[in-house]
Amino acid sequence: MGARGLNIERMKTINSEHHLDLTQQDEKVYSTLNLGPTHPATHGIFQNVLTMNGETIVGAEQTIGYIHRAFEKIAERRPYYQITTLTDRLNYCSSPINNIGWHLAVEKLLGVETNKRVDYMRIIVMELARIADHLVCNSVIGVDSGALTGFVYVFQEREAIYEIFEEICGARLTTNLGRVGGFDRDFSPIAIQKIKALLKRLPKILHEFENLLMRNRIFMDRTINVGGISAERALSYSFTGPNLRAAGIDYDVRVQEPYSSYNDFDFIVPVGENGDIYDRFCVRETEMWESMKLITNALNNLPEGKFNTEVPDFFMPPKEDVYSKMESLISQFKMVMGEIDIPQKEIYSAVEAGNGELGFYVVADGGRSPYRLHFRRPGFIYYQAFPEIITGASLSDAILTMSSMNVIAGELDA
Amino acid sequence: MENSILLQALKDKLGKSILSVDETSDVLTVTVDSEAISTIIAFLKEKQDFIFLTDLCGIHYPEQEKELGIIYHLHNLVKNKRIRLKTFVTKANPKIQSIVSLFSGANWMERETFDFYGVEFVGHPNLVRILNVEYMDYHPMRKEYPLEDATRLDKDDSFFGR
Amino acid sequence: MAEKDKYTVVEAPEGYSAPGFFVTTLDKAVGLARKNSLWPLPFATSCCGIEFMATMGAHYDLGRFGAERLSFSPRQADLLMVMGTIAKKMAPVVQQVYEQMAEPRWVIAIGACASSGGVFDTYSVLQGIDKVVPVDVYVPGCPPRPEQIIDGFMKIQELVGNETLRRRYSTEYKEMLESYGIKIDR
Repeated sequence: MGARGLNIERMKTINSEHHLDLTQQDEKVYSTLNLGPTHPATHGIFQNVLTMNGETIVGAEQTIGYIHRAFEKIAERRPYYQITTLTDRLNYCSSPINNIGWHLAVEKLLGVETNKRVDYMRIIVMELARIADHLVCNSVIGVDSGALTGFVYVFQEREAIYEIFEEICGARLTTNLGRVGGFDRDFSPIAIQKIKALLKRLPKILHEFENLLMRNRIFMDRTINVGGISAERALSYSFTGPNLRAAGIDYDVRVQEPYSSYNDFDFIVPVGENGDIYDRFCVRETEMWESMKLITNALNNLPEGKFNTEVPDFFMPPKEDVYSKMESLISQFKMVMGEIDIPQKEIYSAVEAGNGELGFYVVADGGRSPYRLHFRRPGFIYYQAFPEIITGASLSDAILTMSSMNVIAGELDA
Repeated sequence: MENSILLQALKDKLGKSILSVDETSDVLTVTVDSEAISTIIAFLKEKQDFIFLTDLCGIHYPEQEKELGIIYHLHNLVKNKRIRLKTFVTKANPKIQSIVSLFSGANWMERETFDFYGVEFVGHPNLVRILNVEYMDYHPMRKEYPLEDATRLDKDDSFFGR
Repeated sequence: MAEKDKYTVVEAPEGYSAPGFFVTTLDKAVGLARKNSLWPLPFATSCCGIEFMATMGAHYDLGRFGAERLSFSPRQADLLMVMGTIAKKMAPVVQQVYEQMAEPRWVIAIGACASSGGVFDTYSVLQGIDKVVPVDVYVPGCPPRPEQIIDGFMKIQELVGNETLRRRYSTEYKEMLESYGIKIDR
């Protein structure tokens, strides 16, 4: 595993009971503070009832589910190509990664291999979404510690990424991008020009943002050794993504189980030491630089080919054919009514989303909707560790920890 | 790590609890007896290095005798091997041992499975509903319950063909 | 003249003016002041909240319309902007926040989920916040573009500018609030 200081023996025997017993203490000392569900610092709606001893937090009780939309139940009623719209709304700061992850899962179910051009186009889109997600997270850490300027400057770049998504698929935020097997159209020359312009402008903006915060005395004092978690506890809590990498474990699904031709590229997986807020901030910054390298390489080496693979059961024929040719009409009818060949099997497919390993567990029974679809949402899983991380810290540290863990409510509640 | 080595180790240790093995799926899938689940997971964690719990979810097959299923995905990060464990319980007695003492991350995953399917995890520190409202009295992901809100008065189902 | 054509001057309300003074009705003067200084309460729950953050950003800049100072405390806010899906678990919270706001208060439902439940016709999602609070303007979209949010905001401004001072004391208004189960202090 190569993590610094990871104690394998302790890993196997670690006990998880984190139970707070207040009965022997003098209860008059403790006060209760209700943080949420609507609070400017909780970026999303979830509630934390904190038990505090003055300024120090002694315990926290979490309530989530304030935006539970029953995605898994809806998915049992929708055909495979309509579930993409549900995946948009999981981690809505980086929707394309969720969309492409779902398409990869369906392709795994059907046994479809995409060509290189599709893979490279997907890498470009996914890394743009990852940059967008990390821009939000890092600038919001700045906002919560008082540095509002970074947020305003960095959101301009997010607007530029929105424009690229609009060129590619028509929508800014909840993109519903691509199709099973590829894309519905090729990148237009305007899209490629916009991506190149962004790649030229982004390094300067990221440098400016880093100069503002990374070696800033106040920021470093507020974030170093604050909100830390050890590697063993992080693995026990099933952390994934930048939060786990900040704790010292270099687990990245793009490297461990490469998908969409990621193994053609060479990129660094940044790893932190203490798992504290500063490490998470730095890991996300470095990942943004690596994403930019990936996009540049993919764009420069974009192979020729078609922008989608032949998956005739999932690609609706062009509308002018449907209205004029009999075969296209029948094909469209069969697709919509669900008379397509779907094998009866179960798969688990994972991608590296902005927050960690986003997994799709699909049980297909041959019908047009999945029998069971379960989203393995990274945000839901690592947010459980929050009470343990903030016990003993002050309230302002808890606020910063919450925003550095990048908890997105859509992913929490699904 | 070859499937056969792992399967041999599992059979040597707990042969009677393993009900079936499926190697044709993308991930090695082992269906086990619900009584032995925490022994098997502890064995996999301590002896076979499966120290990462990827996922824990439920499933409902109404036509089977043991209707409610619980599915565990474990991951050996060093050798990059995944394993899927499936176990089934009846609706009348949906009890199964909790694995929170082995993996802290199972806490909320088990609460979610309880909320959606009604599986009771014995030994869980705080088994209450997590995503749905507290006063909900049924387990919504079971196949007999509808997706839409049954208490709505403003929607006329006859228009929707229901 | 060429210079004057470059600027659009907002028209003054109807009134009588002469050198040194301008007379209009109190309604219109107060409406003009209120509509250009609305303090919104961003009740952002999901994806529409991110589009709101983009609207507040430098590119679309809601601050131009006087909404620069976001108030997270309901006591100090004029406009409740509900953005995102409201689940049944959250509905009492929306009503509680609305009750805490001081009169005059307006509500804008941004996004399809807040207006009518949106894509999510499920057992856990409230099908529109107008089941718990009275809504003034609905902005459809999933999520609505920032231009649409600004358009909705401008419609609120129109409503605010044209409201009579007696509306909040009328019996019809009180009956409407009672029909939602919202407690009135006076």
